[in-house]
Amino acid sequence: MPPTTTPRPARPRGVTPRLAYRPGVAGRGVVWALVTAVPLVFLTVFFAYPVASIVLRGFAPDGAVDLTAFGEVFARPRTWRIIGLTFAQATVATAIAVVLGLPGAYLLYRCDFPGRTALRAFVIVPFVLPTVVVGVAFRSVLAPHGPLGFLGWDGTFAAVVAALVFFNYAVVVRTVGGFWAALDPRAEQAARALGAPPWRAFTSVTLPALTPAIASAAAIVFLFCATAFGVVLVLGGPRYGTVETEIWVQTTQFLDLPAAAVLSVVQLAVVAVALVVAGRARDRRERALQLRSAETAHPHRLALRGPDRRTGDVVAVAVTTAVGVLLLALPLGTVLVRSFRTRDGWGLGNYVALGTTGGPNALSVTVWEAALTSLRVAVDATLVAVVVGGLVALVVSRRPRGRAGRRAVRTLDAVFMLPLGVSAVTVGFGFLVALQRPFGLDLNLRDSLVLIPIAQAVVAIPLVVRTVLPVLRAIDTRLHEAAAVLGAAPGQVLRLVDWPLAARSLGLAVGLAFAVSLGEFGATAFLARPDQPTLPVVIFRLIGRPGADNLGMALAASVVLALLTATVMLLTERLRAGGRTTAAGEF
Amino acid sequence: MARNLARSTTRHTAQHDPGGGTGSGSPARRTARAVVVGTATALALTACTAFDGGGSGNGSGGTTDDGASGDAPAGGTGTVVLVTHDSFALSEELIARFEADTGLTLEQRAPGDGGALVNQLILTRDAPLGDVVFGIDNSFASRAIDEGVLEPYSSPAAGEDVARYAVDDEGHLTAIDVGDVCINVDREWFAEAGLPEPETLEDLTDPQYRDLLVVTNPATSSPGLAFLLATVGAFGEDGWVDYWAALRDNGVKVAGGWSDAYYVDFTGPSSEGTDRPLVLSYASSPPYEVPEGVTDPADAPTRALLDTCFRQVEYAGVLAGAANPEGARQVIDWLLSPEVQADIPGSMYVYPVDSSVELPESWATFAPPAPEPFEVDPAAITENRDAWIQTWTNTVLG
Repeated sequence: MPPTTTPRPARPRGVTPRLAYRPGVAGRGVVWALVTAVPLVFLTVFFAYPVASIVLRGFAPDGAVDLTAFGEVFARPRTWRIIGLTFAQATVATAIAVVLGLPGAYLLYRCDFPGRTALRAFVIVPFVLPTVVVGVAFRSVLAPHGPLGFLGWDGTFAAVVAALVFFNYAVVVRTVGGFWAALDPRAEQAARALGAPPWRAFTSVTLPALTPAIASAAAIVFLFCATAFGVVLVLGGPRYGTVETEIWVQTTQFLDLPAAAVLSVVQLAVVAVALVVAGRARDRRERALQLRSAETAHPHRLALRGPDRRTGDVVAVAVTTAVGVLLLALPLGTVLVRSFRTRDGWGLGNYVALGTTGGPNALSVTVWEAALTSLRVAVDATLVAVVVGGLVALVVSRRPRGRAGRRAVRTLDAVFMLPLGVSAVTVGFGFLVALQRPFGLDLNLRDSLVLIPIAQAVVAIPLVVRTVLPVLRAIDTRLHEAAAVLGAAPGQVLRLVDWPLAARSLGLAVGLAFAVSLGEFGATAFLARPDQPTLPVVIFRLIGRPGADNLGMALAASVVLALLTATVMLLTERLRAGGRTTAAGEF
Repeated sequence: MARNLARSTTRHTAQHDPGGGTGSGSPARRTARAVVVGTATALALTACTAFDGGGSGNGSGGTTDDGASGDAPAGGTGTVVLVTHDSFALSEELIARFEADTGLTLEQRAPGDGGALVNQLILTRDAPLGDVVFGIDNSFASRAIDEGVLEPYSSPAAGEDVARYAVDDEGHLTAIDVGDVCINVDREWFAEAGLPEPETLEDLTDPQYRDLLVVTNPATSSPGLAFLLATVGAFGEDGWVDYWAALRDNGVKVAGGWSDAYYVDFTGPSSEGTDRPLVLSYASSPPYEVPEGVTDPADAPTRALLDTCFRQVEYAGVLAGAANPEGARQVIDWLLSPEVQADIPGSMYVYPVDSSVELPESWATFAPPAPEPFEVDPAAITENRDAWIQTWTNTVLG
């Protein structure tokens, strides 16, 4: 039963409407303020305040503000080159990820075929793999002796872009796919019935409807690409540099905080430009779309042959197969195959070793213990990210009547994207500087273990928002009005109209947040405890030691991380499937 | 948990739409309460799970106190906080014995390594991250001392070896371990090619070794910087640039990091490269490539060229403003104890500073340290690091 269409009437309340009206509005104001305040306070304490503290420290080391660093940094020709490269790298990689991701989203979320669920889970795997492993895997494929060595991409811009697409393909597939799955197909069917050829129906009906989700995905991918670190270092070759790697070098090698602060401001500017562009693209297209519950928008079976053959399906399958094989399977396959190679030939030796601390004391815990730590942290991080991100999405999905209100909502939306676009080094150092006595309070957050999941949640929140928001925004306001007219209290409207539709995208969001947390290395590296490392930290350490045993264990541990992620994805897919059949409000 | 959360999300989200006004005051207030309770519950749950993870021997997880209080809480014990890098590892039994012997709880923090670690100590000078630091290397040692983040301490456990690596006369830093960064050679490759293996830095510029060497970028990799320093030590401040120009002309390859240089470009047994049999790595790398049963160093598949090495020294020091300076000093004494020194090679992949400590057998056979590594004064490194890296970049990368 599609819950969207049958709001139950409100239970009669023991107050007259006239009396209830004013306190109701006031109460709603309070609730509204609270709903907005929770995420804002969170973001301020765990992001804005630390980042501002460290940047200020760069500009005013002795208390007096000194902006000469700006002139110095911008006078270097290198600065302009790295800004250009950062833009180029992120723009090209985002464009390719979107172009390749759309057919993937269609195939995995609008078509039905055996193995679809497994593929959906598999696609997310690259997203969580440690960059140093992916860097080694990519270089193995692209190096002169590798299977794609003839391309001559080793140490080039192309290699960096390929790796960035590898990492972010899943973001496009899942963000756009989740939205596409809920899109009412009847508009496109009508266009076809009126005689439009399939490509025309797609470009003039479906594509515009998808724009908000595409813009959302593109914004995320752009920010991820603009702040990529490990792959750039490994794959870009020594001449290559981006704002992110430069901040890292200035902070950790030259200990030049003023220069790092200038570059952090540059990074913020780049990110702000990207967000404004994405926001514009969304606003132009955004309107109430016909979203359907899963029953009506059921996927169709793939039709590649016979009288029902659809050219679109053939194209989608061809593109996605090519991406799957060349871009995803080749590097992943390299990792998988090599994880079975041991010192004495092929076998499971590396996997057996995961239960130990490695050859001669390579680790302080076993890989399984590290995996457990990772899972535990990921549960916490996901919880925080979904609560805070869900609140943000809800606030931002509203359409205030006034102009100022609309602007405030749009700003809030952009502000919560910022953590994706700010260097992990800046955030990590900011935590250390700012959270020992935040705002002068006697509350040492800096040395608290809770900071690790929180740092990961800060990165995951934008993904939650971007996954849930397009769905919430696209809900037809007339459904709200209809529910209200039929007597539903505002809370009930939310529960019966917004929740059932949003819950399904929340499943996706939970999966993404979990994946972010499992794979997060940047900020975590600054907060880690050597006696309780997470899985990526352990992998990083193993692959930093020589010998077949260490490499083998690092790769086997990466396979475990991949399987763990894929399993979590399968489970969240199940959650979604479950939500379809049970009553509204179940999660 | 998930369900609780879901419910609180639904409730609190309520009433945004001014047009839907059938709500009354009390549900709204209830909603408000639900938001607060829901969020608090969520945060509390988070805290629980995080603290569960904190069980393995690091006390309370140190959240609200300053973690490093020397005053004993209830049971007559204190906590000492060790700030280090994430490669820090020692056998669990050793740590347990230290805690039993001293009554202290050893808590570890790993906020980064190399320059990140030192920079963080500088930034948190007013509210130190802990009591004692381990892991400042000789390329950042002077900087740390100059910035005043350390308190002098001369450990009674320190012998001649420690004195040899002293950075200053006051004893701000105590050497704990050393590691030699050296060129490694794939001996099987050279045997097959019928070429003699190179031995010295000069050999590497010989045209017969053209296009055979891969190193790492000194701007982004710690062994890369160490090798740059080796050439500064070998050829002097006037000669090293010419040496690198010769290496460049002889086809040196520069990789971003150690892992991909070693595992992708190098031809060694656990690597898959096909054309770079010379790689920048450590004197302690070769044992990890030795097949089981091989005991003669002449049969080892790789070896380190001991005339090409730079010695990285890792120091420990008491942090200025430490809450538990006495505990910090005890940690340094402990790090110099024969038991810990003997545990260092296996646990941290470097040599103990104390040369009287016996090395593990495979190390003694396959990984002798360099007899006379190149040296550069730590103060000179601090002073010239930026300029040297810049000059290197201009020379080698152009």
